Amino acid sequence: MIFKVFKNQELARLHELLAVNIVVGPVAKGNDRNGKPLYDFDVVYDFNELALDYTQTVHSPKRFVLPYQETLSTFAVNRKDWEKHVDFNVYRPLVFFGMHACDINALNKLDLVLAQSTYPNPYYMGKRKNLFIIGIDCKPEPQCFCRSMGTDSAIHGFDVFLTDLGGKYFAEILSATAFDLLGQISCQDPSAKDLALYKQATNGKNKHYTAQVETSDLTKILDLEFESPAWDYWGEKCLSCGTCANVCPTCYCYGVEEHVDLDLQHASKTKSLHSCNLIDFAKVAGGHNFRPTSASRLKYRYYHKHRGFVEAFEESLCVGCGRCGTACLADITPPEVIASVRGKE
Amino acid sequence: MSEQLSYLGVPLARPKVGFFELSSCEGCQLQLLNNEATLLDFLNLVEIVNFREGMSERADTYDIAFVEGSVTRKDEITRLTEIRRNAKILVALGSCACFGGVNQLKNRFRDLEWVKKEVYGDFPIETMEVHPLADFVQVDLSIFGCPIKKEEVERIVTDLVVGKTVRHPEYPVCMECKANENICLFELGEPCLGPVTRAGCDAWCPSNRRGCWGCRGPAETANLTELEKIMHTYGFDSETILDRLECFGGFASFADTLRPKNIAELSSLPAQTKLIPSGCKKVPARRKKP
Repeated sequence: MIFKVFKNQELARLHELLAVNIVVGPVAKGNDRNGKPLYDFDVVYDFNELALDYTQTVHSPKRFVLPYQETLSTFAVNRKDWEKHVDFNVYRPLVFFGMHACDINALNKLDLVLAQSTYPNPYYMGKRKNLFIIGIDCKPEPQCFCRSMGTDSAIHGFDVFLTDLGGKYFAEILSATAFDLLGQISCQDPSAKDLALYKQATNGKNKHYTAQVETSDLTKILDLEFESPAWDYWGEKCLSCGTCANVCPTCYCYGVEEHVDLDLQHASKTKSLHSCNLIDFAKVAGGHNFRPTSASRLKYRYYHKHRGFVEAFEESLCVGCGRCGTACLADITPPEVIASVRGKE
Repeated sequence: MSEQLSYLGVPLARPKVGFFELSSCEGCQLQLLNNEATLLDFLNLVEIVNFREGMSERADTYDIAFVEGSVTRKDEITRLTEIRRNAKILVALGSCACFGGVNQLKNRFRDLEWVKKEVYGDFPIETMEVHPLADFVQVDLSIFGCPIKKEEVERIVTDLVVGKTVRHPEYPVCMECKANENICLFELGEPCLGPVTRAGCDAWCPSNRRGCWGCRGPAETANLTELEKIMHTYGFDSETILDRLECFGGFASFADTLRPKNIAELSSLPAQTKLIPSGCKKVPARRKKP
């Protein structure tokens, strides 16, 4: 790893250099009903639109590599035959300007399934490989439990990661592209004072976590508590609306539908992100539903994140960003659900 | 037009269809005519033999009848029964046909004579309580929405012609709302029925920053008890919840359970703040099966 420091005002220059590409970053989206500012990732045309001191975006950056809806293929149908056209929907590289560690880790986890498995997903790969990611440090919010999930710092999966030292940015450089890029702005090697400031920033951050999830022996406890009444309690509250999965940076389950066009001469195959909380998620041909109750659906979402994925990849599929709990109208949050299954109040 | 319809070499029958309206604004039928870009393809797919809003010719030889509107008069029952007799497939088109729609708001009032006087004054006409089509005839397929979404109707008609199973989303609007990257309207201080209403509209209203009014009726897993709690948590009173739940009729049975609570809430208010106009008795009026 190569470390550099540069003055805050150099960041605008960095943006300028990158702006020949499509730049996506956190932008302010007004305030909620209590006056709390809201943020989301969006395409940024002007450096001043970037809200790099953002708390957390409402939606995850997932949609830029895993769109909510994506046409996988189209078909031109003639009398007895058809022609298939496949488009991976990758046209230009994308620059992510300011991604928090949890979201970088989320992409790394998606890679395990969609890029590093036996059958890599070309639609995902095409977009993922064409990302340039600038990570940025954050201040823990009340919903953040990334520290419990071991995702509070990003080790790989970015090009350069910035930490604000007050007036200066401390940059960890991970890719050659990022190294070349920083060569075009005014950078210095970090001094002993910069290093002290960096350590201070990191230590300070760790004091601010409030939410946590106890992950010790969690796979075993989930195994043992399959029939726990806690699932029924949360299931009764669950709206089965799929909001948790849609804001989640790692939920990747999907459904595929085929549509015949009105002119009967074209057809298409569309993939839509789904949620295991939806009633029709586990419905199969003939109408049987393997998970007819909201309690069973909610349970399996937790089992996938905190048990199945851990057994397959030795890490959880949850990054502890807390978006699902924040977005859930019924106030179902992972720290509370897991605590209740563990038998803690 | 006379060329044989086919898909992948398989010949398909071009169904004869008729469009009809009972008590309604006829806006759902207008939605279909509005879609100029695909109108010709649509007309190629079906043979329209009866469509008062779109053409002069009339015939009773249709395979599929699309019926818009609710039943509010006795002569409409006769007409509907006749359409049912002629059609192989009867489709309830839009919220009025499916649940009674906006029309059924009048069922909130027990004193229908008072309603009639308010609306028609000294020129009364024969009307009764509002009913969805299914109260009188067998409905084979429902197309939800106020108005219907033309893209959805086109998809359903294509599926019918090609012989695919017609499927409706069973999950609520929230799913499509999040996929449109909207910020939840509850967070912005507006009530919304998105969490309990059947999806399929692509979150049309919430995407335009308007809370959902539930025109498509309940999702398969509408958790209304939880929604009521959420509404109260976010500071909305029973009156606001009822206003939304009662608007299109899809949630009538749950609204019936909420109404007594609301009356209790209202009667505990000081007399001058009561909102019920004189003559209008706001009491539970469960719809009667004829």
